[in-house]
Amino acid sequence: MAIMSYIDAITLAMKEEMTRDERVFVLGEDVGRKGGVFKATNGLYDEFGEYRVLDTPLAESAIAGVGIGAAMYGLRPIAEMQFADFIMPAVNQIISEASRIRYRSNNDWTCPIVFRAPFGGGIHGALYHSQSVEAIFANQPGLKIVIPSTPYDAKGLLKAAIRDDDPVMFFEHKRAYRLIKGEVPEEDYTIEIGKADVKRQGEDITVITYGLAVHFALQAAERLEKDGISAHILDLRTIYPLDKEGIIEAASKTGKVLLVTEDNKEGSIIGEVAAIIAENCLFDLDAPIMRLAGPDIPAMPYAPTMEKFFMINPDKVEKAMRELAEY
Amino acid sequence: MAIEQIKMPQLGESVTEGTIEKWLIKPGDHVNKYDALAEVNTDKVTAEVPSSFTGIIKELVANEGDTLAVGEIICTIETEGAASEEIVEVKEAAPEEPTAETVKPAEVQKHATPVEREKGAKARYSPAVLKISQEHGIDLSLVTGTGNEGRITRKDLLKIVESGEIPVAKVEQEAASTPSPTVTSSAATPKPAHTNVPVAVGDIEIPITGIRKAIAANMLRSKHEAPHAWTMIEVDVTSMVQYRDSIKNEFKQKEGFNVTYFAFFVKAVSQALKEFPMMNSMWAGDKIIQKKDINISIAVATEDALYVPVIKNADEKTIKGIGREVNELAAKVRSGKLKSDEMQGGTFTVNNTGSFGSIQSMGIINYPQAAILQVESIVKRPVIMDGGMIAARDMVNLCLSLDHRVLDGLVAGRFLARVKEILENITKENTSVY
Repeated sequence: MAIMSYIDAITLAMKEEMTRDERVFVLGEDVGRKGGVFKATNGLYDEFGEYRVLDTPLAESAIAGVGIGAAMYGLRPIAEMQFADFIMPAVNQIISEASRIRYRSNNDWTCPIVFRAPFGGGIHGALYHSQSVEAIFANQPGLKIVIPSTPYDAKGLLKAAIRDDDPVMFFEHKRAYRLIKGEVPEEDYTIEIGKADVKRQGEDITVITYGLAVHFALQAAERLEKDGISAHILDLRTIYPLDKEGIIEAASKTGKVLLVTEDNKEGSIIGEVAAIIAENCLFDLDAPIMRLAGPDIPAMPYAPTMEKFFMINPDKVEKAMRELAEY
Repeated sequence: MAIEQIKMPQLGESVTEGTIEKWLIKPGDHVNKYDALAEVNTDKVTAEVPSSFTGIIKELVANEGDTLAVGEIICTIETEGAASEEIVEVKEAAPEEPTAETVKPAEVQKHATPVEREKGAKARYSPAVLKISQEHGIDLSLVTGTGNEGRITRKDLLKIVESGEIPVAKVEQEAASTPSPTVTSSAATPKPAHTNVPVAVGDIEIPITGIRKAIAANMLRSKHEAPHAWTMIEVDVTSMVQYRDSIKNEFKQKEGFNVTYFAFFVKAVSQALKEFPMMNSMWAGDKIIQKKDINISIAVATEDALYVPVIKNADEKTIKGIGREVNELAAKVRSGKLKSDEMQGGTFTVNNTGSFGSIQSMGIINYPQAAILQVESIVKRPVIMDGGMIAARDMVNLCLSLDHRVLDGLVAGRFLARVKEILENITKENTSVY
């Protein structure tokens, strides 16, 4: 198996799907000739041509709207938002149209579109290049939200998202793009959307998280292992709808649960995870459910010191895990 | 004089590493602040790394072609000024001891006196701790916690359960006002409570005999421990009745005892038990034991008591054999000659409630068996047959009580359906009593 970066796994997934199914096409700002500002669509323009890799104007509502129309017409668009922070003008299209059309048309119409968007902080990107926007979409039945943490998951989940008959939001952590590398099989495979994945087996505490924070938790777990603390780590992978069974199983295993997100704490996905655990696992809980998240501040600041204060990191995760283990 | 470090700079968003394309200086060179030191190649750009200091190049840590993560040292420079705050920062990060210290309190708590331990987090139990302590009858006041402020953790209890040394509350303590609803296995058979029943003139007080006590204890234990579920099916035994009636007199003459319907039922049940061994099993606390032998307990009543002698290996016996044994056991019960070993080893009970004319009853399971089948009275009833005709048929209800810990409705239902199938197909042609 090839060792591949997170972003290369994403490019490969799109390339394989475009080769497999000629209905699949990409549209977005600078995705064509430039190959994307992060190079996620690198090489696709040369291979598949200008009609399948479309450079669009700077108008996210149009990228989403055109994509939704094409999807309803029978194509399989991958609409790239250059940064998740810029998705806001497209939210009306995504929520009011893409997520509703199957329900509204009583199954006559579907909208098989993937919205790809880099999100997340810790890259000195400040306000418009660092935010987590997933919670906005996470109470819209009809939508699915996928956030992979590893190159392997990224490829398998993106291919599953492209083949899904309903709209999928696919958020990629931009710091993970070139930081995270891992084994990716060259052959075709998909990963079922809606299933969490145990990234580490442990006995003392359970950490449930997603995205780049999975790696922070894994690093922290390595350090805690030396002090005899064994951490069980569950990667949600799909954050909407949540894998309730997986969450209940992981929480019940140790009875001590830490939930981690880099999003603002209040109203984030992990609040819903906490509710699932509270509803189902009361008699298995050995400690109050603990949350580690960004502060309730409008967005990631630019000053490095302030960014460090806002952004979670392995040290913060380790401290929280240790506190929970000692409870 | 001080040695300063030059680190791989962040050359753009999402860039986490860079490759040294070419060194523009060599050790010993004098460089001014902002002079270019090296060309660095990233996924996005090729850029020059400027010097942050003025001084002499000391060492090139990275070689051309090396890929380094952002923040890794690429070279060092000897400067003329005093050391910068860079070194101070390293010192700041060094002392890590306080975190290790925080593990200690649990140890300290161990040596504290019991009175002190009751304070703080010690007496506050998590739902998981309460659940495990109740399941295993652990007296939490005897457990030493290793959690924060001596809190008892789920893991503390799991370790105790694994070790098998479970601290159980003493009886005297139970009488005190400890509200913990601990159910230990020794307390499983509750003593008969002394209840105040008003006695009026003319009422007769009957002393409890040994057998009555045993019946009371067994029934109470079964009802108390085994969650009973109940189900009933209706069986058309017209052809069985015809068959039995046709051989009744001849059989009596030849064998010297009556061939009863009950023997047919016991035979059919034994045969079905062979096919559904789960029905022939017992609850054993931490496991279920599926019995190999099919030993049918039958209930035999006397004026003031109830005995359950056992027909051993009933599946290996003929209808005649079962009938003879039922006859003999009943005679022994009535003459008081039944031996205790003739009441041992039952794996399933068939109760002939029909002999009293009952048409429906909810039996209490013969502990620790998993189920009891009540054979009710055979009655003639109008039944709508296939084709819509109404016919007078011999109908019987079979009522099954089952221990829901061991059995579920599915297996019980299939078992009953099989018993029904066997009984409804008994004819002179395909069933021999011998």
